[in-house]
Amino acid sequence: MSARKVRILIAKPGLDGHDRGAKVVARALRDAGYEVIYTGLRQTPEMIVEAALQEDVDAIGLSLLSGAHLTIFPRVAALMKEQGLDDVMLFGGGIIPEDDAPALKQAGVANVFGPGTSTQDIITFVEQEMARRK
Amino acid sequence: MFDKEKLAELRKRHEKWVDGTLQKSLERAPERADEFITVSSTPVRRLYTPLDVADLDYPEDLGLPGEYPFTRGVHPTMYRSRLWTMRMFAGFGTAEETNARFKYLLEHGETGLSTAFDLPTLYGYDSDAPEAEGEFGVCGVAISSLRDMEVLLDGLPLDRITTSMTINSPAAVIWAMYIVAAEKRGIPRAKLGGTIQNDILKEYIAQKEFIFPPEPSMRLVVDTIEFGTQEMPRWNTISISGYHIREAGSTAAQELAFTLSDGFEYVRWAIDRGLDVDAFAPRLSFFFNAHNDFFEEIGKYRAARRIWAREMRETFGAKNPRSWWMRFHSQTAGVSLTAQQPENNIARVAIQALAAVLGGTQSLHTNSMDEALALPSETAARIALRTQQIIALETGVTNTVDPLAGSFFVEAETDRMEAESREYFHRIADLGGVLPAIEQGFFQLEIADAASRYQWEIDQKKRIVVGVNEYSGEEKIGIPILKMDQQGYDRQVARLREIRRTRDHRAVSARLSDLRQAAAGDANLMPFLIEAVREYATLQEIMDVLREVWGEYREPVIV
Amino acid sequence: MELTERILKADRRALARAISLVENDGEQAQKLLQEVYPHAGQAHIIGITGPPGSGKSTLVSQIARQYRQQGRTVGIVAVDPSSPFTGGALLGDRVRMRDLAGDRGVFVRSMASRGSMGGLARATGDAVTLLDAAGFDLVLIETVGAGQVEVDIAREAHTTLVVEVPGLGDEVQAIKAGLMEIADVFVVNKADHAGVDQTVRALTIMLDMNSAACSWTPPVIKTIALHGEGVADLIEAVDDHWAYLVRENALQDQQRIHAQNRLTRVMRRRLFDELLAKIGPERFEETVMQVATHKIDPYSAAARLMNSKTQGS
Repeated sequence: MSARKVRILIAKPGLDGHDRGAKVVARALRDAGYEVIYTGLRQTPEMIVEAALQEDVDAIGLSLLSGAHLTIFPRVAALMKEQGLDDVMLFGGGIIPEDDAPALKQAGVANVFGPGTSTQDIITFVEQEMARRK
Repeated sequence: MFDKEKLAELRKRHEKWVDGTLQKSLERAPERADEFITVSSTPVRRLYTPLDVADLDYPEDLGLPGEYPFTRGVHPTMYRSRLWTMRMFAGFGTAEETNARFKYLLEHGETGLSTAFDLPTLYGYDSDAPEAEGEFGVCGVAISSLRDMEVLLDGLPLDRITTSMTINSPAAVIWAMYIVAAEKRGIPRAKLGGTIQNDILKEYIAQKEFIFPPEPSMRLVVDTIEFGTQEMPRWNTISISGYHIREAGSTAAQELAFTLSDGFEYVRWAIDRGLDVDAFAPRLSFFFNAHNDFFEEIGKYRAARRIWAREMRETFGAKNPRSWWMRFHSQTAGVSLTAQQPENNIARVAIQALAAVLGGTQSLHTNSMDEALALPSETAARIALRTQQIIALETGVTNTVDPLAGSFFVEAETDRMEAESREYFHRIADLGGVLPAIEQGFFQLEIADAASRYQWEIDQKKRIVVGVNEYSGEEKIGIPILKMDQQGYDRQVARLREIRRTRDHRAVSARLSDLRQAAAGDANLMPFLIEAVREYATLQEIMDVLREVWGEYREPVIV
Repeated sequence: MELTERILKADRRALARAISLVENDGEQAQKLLQEVYPHAGQAHIIGITGPPGSGKSTLVSQIARQYRQQGRTVGIVAVDPSSPFTGGALLGDRVRMRDLAGDRGVFVRSMASRGSMGGLARATGDAVTLLDAAGFDLVLIETVGAGQVEVDIAREAHTTLVVEVPGLGDEVQAIKAGLMEIADVFVVNKADHAGVDQTVRALTIMLDMNSAACSWTPPVIKTIALHGEGVADLIEAVDDHWAYLVRENALQDQQRIHAQNRLTRVMRRRLFDELLAKIGPERFEETVMQVATHKIDPYSAAARLMNSKTQGS
């Protein structure tokens, strides 16, 4: 019997086209052995949550550099709850001031990774969370 | 440039040095790493001598400033006559707020304006569209109609300043608004000076703010080039941009090669339209990144001028020396800024700016230290501008033209940049040209590979980022972060609704239907856009007409 | 089992969970399939295969849209390769299927190949069964498309589309290598590119030479998937093929062959697993080393292992 594979959705909500970070993280997670579903640009919160549902993922990673995170991240979290994806971990990254992190965590984002985060830190975090949630 | 016998002599001496002096030194003091690499992960040799640039032909490859092939600069006197334009990118929130910032910047000695637009505007949506939710005014100013443009430009001396507008897919529409706003104040379009970025190819390659498929998008760009050539001699209708390609993670050589390929593609399309190359080429301008690797960057700028001049003359048959010129704007690398210890960014920006100046830039934007955190605050933006003034007035680097020419290393880097670019030109040609290469995801994949390698080097500590993976402390620094005015959105939406209520509805729908017809045919769209915005058709109304006729583009899957 | 009931009611979350279960194998998956299998067998299963860069995902998206306009529901399984080194995978087919988002009549699932060769994942067939049982009218399967010939798709699909693009140069070679046999419809995508007529001609000639034995001659359809051009013709050809299968009673034959293949695969895998359990992994590994160092040939080694006494019981 093969082991359960962890599946992660990497999504780019909002209008900004800066997909460098999303792609680097998606590749790093793949190289760490995860199955990564990449959605591409300009995803609405509805599209992201529906994709997460269909793909039965264990985690969703959002990347946003436009500054609209305070609107978009909580919206994704709320839709996840609505769809019953309570057990799916939500994390995010981008140009997100530290001051905004508490509000995002309050809204249900497990962690926020700012500029300069190493991909190893993200992988370690995902590993720990997945182990914890088993 | 070098005497053959003397080179042979030097080669022998160099071999002796390697076996003797160097060997002994390495035994006592081994080098810090097995390999030293540039920001672009290219190995750098220990020492550069005439042997590394033995084939350099001074008159052919370098020439004199202001003369072909312009490696040493486009002006004979460079900064001795006139400093570069210190052009700071600004824009946020409503037109009122950005207008106030512009006035502040002009009072503080800035000589050209540069406008950032918010994402809904960049995608051709009005501020009250559902797609604009949460994005209003965040990354720049929101312009939904001619009225917003009138407010943005209120009180600015449009006949004396030049205005650069960073906008691409809807560039023609925003330009039309600028033209009409000025004309309504009695300033004729021929007197207006400035730049629209209008570089759609790099959107498909890197920044991804595209709307239409490549072909109709290119047609729109050529429409603006044609219109500008005929009616607006002081306007640069395109700023062919490597900046965003680099920010997306490319190497320096990729930035250079892809940008030049884009440039040649525009030239080809404009010639196919029937334009004389010497009529439009002098108004083409470029926009490059200024990254951390000092010498690699300088090599990039020098090679850029040389390749452009050679190709314009040899391949496209341009005869006007101004067509051979590559003039460029540069901006320091946003991607190099760190959120950790943000004051360190002041030093980074200064060094990057110095590279752009030593590379012969025509205008420069220096990033503010807090840009990895949020939009720049006023203090941070002022320090960034002061950095340019210090370089210009205190350091002495402006006293002579192209001071680094003849450095064995700098010339070798310049040659390398040209060689790597030409290699890419061949690969792109093999794929059938720029548009097929975009559709096959060639550029996107090359960039994603480079970005992943760069991040891997940082993660492995093969590359040090001070304050991030070395010398990182937990010290908290209080940087004031710019917050949006919450009432701005309401004001903007109110203005938009008022316009929709009070304008001449019949005229608006007539102009939009004219536009629809023209878009389906092959007339130049600029006059149609000008007439539509004059009647206060909104940005989105106009873009929706074009979306309807041309469809929307989906990018290939490249991860 | 509650999960089965929810799948049969086309509950999307249950369906998604169930696909993960069959992907991860195990007893629960077998029990689920046991309950669901009698409800499947209604959907028209369409396979899409072709080389990398031939525009398969875009084509799948367009086919789905076209069927949705007819009011038919569509399930999609898109397979991408897993890394043989890390086991990780980057599944990017959804990017091209953006236009389908928000439509409750479409369900898209990305699947990693997880070491399977031949263009499909081990559990692709099971995932299709689940979508079929959930009531989707059509199930589209997009193969890995890693460049080699992927003939496995013909063992799962009723109708197999082989996508070619002009100007790849070696299309005739690729066709010789087995695609000719599996194609029910040939699609020449990117028909706005140079060389399209040569490609169509090459295909038609090959088909003429091949057509004697068979009562169905695969049509060659030109499309520009990016703009949706030619997709209506393609749908018509796919429907024609389905009608042909039903009319000629070929469907039953095909289903029998598919069933035989599937049963054989399951039995082969179970037999191997059981045998391996009996031999014990250490002994197997030992023998592998002996073969690797040429102390024994693989045939004698297999004979010896398979005749071996049950270990530990």
